[in-house]
Amino acid sequence: MKKELTIFDDPKNVKRLRMGFYVALVLVLIAEGFVESHGEFPVEHFYGFYAVYGFISYVFLIFVAKILRKIIMRKEDYYDQ
Amino acid sequence: MINNMLPPAFVFILGACLIPFLRGKAKAVYMLALPVVVFITLLNLSLGNTWMVEFWGYKIIMGRVDKLSLVFAYVFTIMAFLGILFALQVKDNLQHVAGLVYVGSTLGVVLAGDFLSLYLFWEIMAVSSTFLIIASRTRESREAGFRYILFHLFGGLLLLAGIVLYIQKTGTIAFDYIGLTGIESYLIFFGIALNAAAIPLHAWLPDAYPMGTPTSTVFLSAFTTKSAVYLLIRTFPGAHILIIIGGLMVSLPIFYAVLENDIRRVLSYSLMNQVGFMLVGVGIGTQLAINGAVAHAFCHIIYKALLFMAAGSVLQMTGKIKCTELGGLYKTMPLTCLFCIVGAASISAFPFFSGFISKSMIISASAHEKIFLIWLVLQFASTGVVDHAGIKVPFFTFFGHDSGIRAKEPPLNMLLAMGIAAALCVGLGVFYQPLYNLLPFPVHYTPYSGAHVVGQLQLLLFGALAFTLLILSGYYVPEIRSKNIDADWTYRMFGRFAYKVLDKGLNSLNHISERILMKFVKGVVSFFKSTIANIALFVSVNVWLVLGFRDKRLEIKKRRLYDDILYGTLPAGIGVAVAITFVLLVYVLT
Repeated sequence: MKKELTIFDDPKNVKRLRMGFYVALVLVLIAEGFVESHGEFPVEHFYGFYAVYGFISYVFLIFVAKILRKIIMRKEDYYDQ
Repeated sequence: MINNMLPPAFVFILGACLIPFLRGKAKAVYMLALPVVVFITLLNLSLGNTWMVEFWGYKIIMGRVDKLSLVFAYVFTIMAFLGILFALQVKDNLQHVAGLVYVGSTLGVVLAGDFLSLYLFWEIMAVSSTFLIIASRTRESREAGFRYILFHLFGGLLLLAGIVLYIQKTGTIAFDYIGLTGIESYLIFFGIALNAAAIPLHAWLPDAYPMGTPTSTVFLSAFTTKSAVYLLIRTFPGAHILIIIGGLMVSLPIFYAVLENDIRRVLSYSLMNQVGFMLVGVGIGTQLAINGAVAHAFCHIIYKALLFMAAGSVLQMTGKIKCTELGGLYKTMPLTCLFCIVGAASISAFPFFSGFISKSMIISASAHEKIFLIWLVLQFASTGVVDHAGIKVPFFTFFGHDSGIRAKEPPLNMLLAMGIAAALCVGLGVFYQPLYNLLPFPVHYTPYSGAHVVGQLQLLLFGALAFTLLILSGYYVPEIRSKNIDADWTYRMFGRFAYKVLDKGLNSLNHISERILMKFVKGVVSFFKSTIANIALFVSVNVWLVLGFRDKRLEIKKRRLYDDILYGTLPAGIGVAVAITFVLLVYVLT
């Protein structure tokens, strides 16, 4: 192979990316203070509602999916038997 | 001028027939020209009905042109161009022909103003798409294609029954808003909803779509479900049951998408989730909600195709499509990786990508109508999209653990198709006004308000934070080679059960009947055979006696004749001679 990207092989770069991501998280939290909320529901007026809801939704999704897997998972050739 | 042109459906369907006679560059240019011709035709159409034919006293309308049908026709034609470009290097003519007939029939459905032509194109759509599924020519794809066509023929029958009752009730084959009122409307509704993969009539989609070839699945992802969404907007806007169905569709499939190992099956579940958003919009039925559903269908067709193209490129270049077998592909497929990320950002509704300006209309519509629960579900589902389509697909394919695969980028035409689709995704996200102008109702909606952008970014980024923390802690759902059972379990297992019942029940009945019948037939045959033999013997023996045969020679002659007649070793000529003699005898004697 002549050309190959290896930028994420270096743990330093991965760390930089993660740091950038954390900074972005803080920035969007701060930014909420500078915009005018025009939500239709009272919950939208809580500071950081979307951040909390996004985080909780995600964890809930993975948590339930893990339980669901116990019920629905079969072998790959389940229907071929 | 327009009336001299062929309806778009026929341009594609008749145009497809020429493909097998063309080779090389001429074929490529010809195939790419078809959607261009259709697009120009569409641009020149004026609103109103065109392409009307009288048929048995009914008026067939093959060109119902209004803002709603036009916007869908536009996006389907753009999609046809992208799909053809992406599949250009494919040698298999079956795929090209089936793909173009499929596109043509979809346009026929969208532009149909009457039930007769609608039903005709509807069934062509089902059959041609089946060919795209079985085009991979594997056992799995054949079986999935078989289940697919059975399911769609069932849906077609529901639709047909509804249509017949509808025509009988109203006396016309023209249709527009129907609304859920009587039995015929429910039959039509479920017939259409089946094609939209509405839960619980959805299992055909994740079952069949991942079975196509790298290029044919791109076609499949665009047309069937969205043409059904179009028809639901046309006939059942504001049907509240769609809010419930849509709510189930946005939420349930994402759990499956989290667990699935096959990337194209992940994308299929994600497709259902996106169609769920549209159905919620149709169910709410306000102008904003309908506009949102249409805009979302438009954007979705392009970014979903882009994601399927990226997955198809990976499948074509590596021969693998499972999360467990892929990883680290960004090293040698950086462009495909980039396009995939654009598609992922669009489906996640990241600001300045196309999903943002369309999905938010539907969510806002639910907020305007104060349907809090659905609003919460939609927001939850938006985070779910970030997981499976936004992060999982690009992450496990192009990053994650290095699979050691060093595949090259796909051919230029595939890259070009992905590039154009990616450009459209960003273009629609930034310059959304042209799309808003195409929507059926006037738009009073600004997607880019400070609060909305910040709220959406929080939702997405903190969802991504959860992913980061979960994967670092090792709690994230591990990728496992597995099969997850879905609603198709019921009919697959029922099919097996029914087969066994029929096998044991009917086949044993068959055996008994056969035995009885055979005994009877054998008895009859041997009776007649021995009767004939005895008559023949009686005649022959007298002749032989006259001729002077006696004792042993007579015995031998008798035995030979008897055996010859009983076991059929008598040459045919003798039989014929006997028959002719008999006929002559009868003729002479009467």
